[in-house]
Amino acid sequence: MAYRVDINGESRELDVPGEMPLLWALRNELGMVGTKFGCGVALCGACTVHVDGVAARSCSVPVASLAGKKVTTIEALAESPIGRALQQAWVDQDVMQCGYCQAGQLMNASALLARNPKPSAEQIDSAMAGNICRCACYTRIREAIALAAEKGPVNA
Amino acid sequence: MLEQTILSRRTLIKASVLAGGGLVLTAAMPMVAQAAVGVDATPGVLNAFVTVHPDNTVTIVGKNPEIGQGIKTMLPMLIADEMDLAWDQVRIVQGDADARKYGPQIAGGSFATPMNWMPMRQVGAAARAMMLSAAAAKWGVPVAGLRTDAGKVIETASGRSATYGELATAAAALTPPDPATLTLKSPADFNIIGQAIPGIDSPRIVRGEPIFGVDTQLPGMVYAAYERSPVFGATLTSANLDAAKAAPGVRDAFVLEGKGGADQLVPGVAIIADNWWLANKAREKLAIEWNNGEWAGHSSQGYTAAAAAAWAKGEPEEDIVKTGDVAAAFASAAKTVEAEYAYPFLAHAAMEPMNCTALMHENGTLEMWAPTQNPQPGLMGVAQMLGLAPDKVTLHITRMGGGFGRRLTNDFMHQSAAIAAKMPGTPVQLIWSREDDLRSDFYRPAGFHKLRAAIDAQGKLTGFDDHFVTFALPQGAFNPAAMAPDIFPAKFVPNLRYAQTKLDTRVPMGALRAPSSNALAYVMQSFLDEVAHETGTDLPHLLLALIDGHEKEPDQRGGFTGFTAGFDPGRMRGVIEKAMAMGHWSTPAGEGRAKGFGFYFSHQGYFAEVVEASLSARKQVQVHQVWCAGDVGSTIINPFGALNQVEGAIIDGLGQATALAVEIEGGRVTNSNFHQYTLPRIAFTPKIEVEFIKSDNPPTGLGEPALPPVIPALTNALFALTGKRVRKLPIDTALFA
Repeated sequence: MAYRVDINGESRELDVPGEMPLLWALRNELGMVGTKFGCGVALCGACTVHVDGVAARSCSVPVASLAGKKVTTIEALAESPIGRALQQAWVDQDVMQCGYCQAGQLMNASALLARNPKPSAEQIDSAMAGNICRCACYTRIREAIALAAEKGPVNA
Repeated sequence: MLEQTILSRRTLIKASVLAGGGLVLTAAMPMVAQAAVGVDATPGVLNAFVTVHPDNTVTIVGKNPEIGQGIKTMLPMLIADEMDLAWDQVRIVQGDADARKYGPQIAGGSFATPMNWMPMRQVGAAARAMMLSAAAAKWGVPVAGLRTDAGKVIETASGRSATYGELATAAAALTPPDPATLTLKSPADFNIIGQAIPGIDSPRIVRGEPIFGVDTQLPGMVYAAYERSPVFGATLTSANLDAAKAAPGVRDAFVLEGKGGADQLVPGVAIIADNWWLANKAREKLAIEWNNGEWAGHSSQGYTAAAAAAWAKGEPEEDIVKTGDVAAAFASAAKTVEAEYAYPFLAHAAMEPMNCTALMHENGTLEMWAPTQNPQPGLMGVAQMLGLAPDKVTLHITRMGGGFGRRLTNDFMHQSAAIAAKMPGTPVQLIWSREDDLRSDFYRPAGFHKLRAAIDAQGKLTGFDDHFVTFALPQGAFNPAAMAPDIFPAKFVPNLRYAQTKLDTRVPMGALRAPSSNALAYVMQSFLDEVAHETGTDLPHLLLALIDGHEKEPDQRGGFTGFTAGFDPGRMRGVIEKAMAMGHWSTPAGEGRAKGFGFYFSHQGYFAEVVEASLSARKQVQVHQVWCAGDVGSTIINPFGALNQVEGAIIDGLGQATALAVEIEGGRVTNSNFHQYTLPRIAFTPKIEVEFIKSDNPPTGLGEPALPPVIPALTNALFALTGKRVRKLPIDTALFA
């Protein structure tokens, strides 16, 4: 049976088993490979997307659960002023080493700033606890989120 | 693979004209390379590539694999600076695997900086010289009156100028200069080298563009999952594939016979589907009988018991190094210190699980998109496995989601190629699950050390003995546990023996960031901290006393990197004193906290680190701050990349010390996913302060040497805090209860 899912503002048809995780529908069905596979069991955060604006681990969100919901992925991060601020801060602070986890880090950070525009250092650590960076770019992730929060949203 | 020898480093430079105008510059470095592991020698030439376009943009090939160490940005910086480009003119493309064009292409051993510092600069300087000559000919003036700036040649007197793009076609017709005649920039004139430049791919990564190996997409591509026995060394007896083949989305399933060792093709079953999740899920429906063989009884506990038995037996199997009269030193000692140390197997756990995309074309050529740190042996190994001539295999090197040494071994490439060979015309992407990744690694070897130190009546360390229990590796394999005979304090204690006993195993082992040093730094620097404590001093002062009066060792030419500066006690002293100053070593830590010290020399880098730590109310280790002093030579090429490597290495080491171990039971790894391999997370991150001493030595690499000393610095801090000595990693907090 085919499902219809709103992804980045477009209604997409997915002819897959309903229990297929959103991650694999994005990557292998729709060719949207910005969202990354890291662990498959919601432990690392590499696959983070937004579902109705809230950070979610797409490896553990079945396609069948998404009826009527809005999915946002890294490919659409630049469409939000907060997303643009974070992208710029990430480059300015040279946050990344390998960069593989960063889509998930950015999606989680943008969900944080959307609900808390001026997070404290403790709030940043707490909100980002679910995202592993194996290269351990953590000092710069902290700095980049603080910088984006300080500078505020960037209009297109 | 790490044993190649460069016999000649005279660079030849060739030029050719691009279709449509422009210049392609090739630097050819004749070199003779000895055999890589399992691969025939490929005598080749090192080519670095510069293309000048008519619009005055310049494309530079990044030849080495990018695993997050910043090399795709850093090597082109060397060319661009000597060529006198503005960085915004530069475009960088990743070179394919090609030994003849690029020479060695390896992300490992912190080799890239020492190997490429001069050759890449010469490529840039030659290009600049050709632009000057072309402008001089065009204007009919001597080169002496010309200068270059930001991709232009300028006549100093008249102020007239021409862009490199305008000069490129004429420049390409010139005879390239003899590299011996090139004048390289004085460091004072560097305007790209030494600047903090963000990673060249970062803007694409923050937009989620396809860039990693697993992002490769080809028309008609299918996905593969691979089921192998979790027991190392197992063979496949029989497999019923019917149910898996009938699973949703599955196109095919087939058995692959093993070929070669664990680093080549292990036996297993490939499942092919239109979506990787469906292929992976169908593994549940496989019915496979494995012959687990004699290795299924092996366990971490068994190895620990075997080490104890080896020590109980007394004499090690063989000496690694022996100097002076160790027995006499202990017989006449006023005091002896003894301790047994152990550390576990570790996995690499790169964020991007192993994967590889392959397409066997209908004409019998193979094309691969491989996230590999070691592309040339991968290409050769795959060609050999399939009986193809190496020139029938094209290997595109992709950006990698981390490496840490895991992707130096190309088993996943062999699997992918073997699968693709069964389905000509269809591109296939093999992806491992995280569980596959943790259970099918080439692990940092566990190790066991029984140490003794002899201290004379004056409190001087006069004797040192280590009975190291390690593992026997397959013949000829790179030994990632190797204890070199000159590991500190060898040469600095008059009577010293390092000796070893080797245990049999089938656990695959490989290089993990700072191989051998990531374990030996802990053992040696912690045990020396014990010695310091027993002699009424502290570790940095003991280290300074041990090296006092020792001369720098002679430099060595040749070897894989061409030049190795001799070990310099002066550089060691420099970073030790710097770290002591940075970490306010003589000032006690605040209430409830303590400081510890560690020094290590590895990969030609000198690093001393001070850690300030405490225990939480629940006795969890908390690291508050790390002060790090490093000496990797005269120049920090890209301070952004450099700082990222050092900070990452420090947190990586702290994570290993506090939480990481791979457990073997029943001949297999029991860790399955990140809940059982708990990498450091953001809240664990301490404040990190880094300073580099710019010593008058050629620059060397930074991927590894900052990691080793942080582990003993932490365990030594915990001793200072609690009086309990951590003699086994990872730290068991029950010790502090």
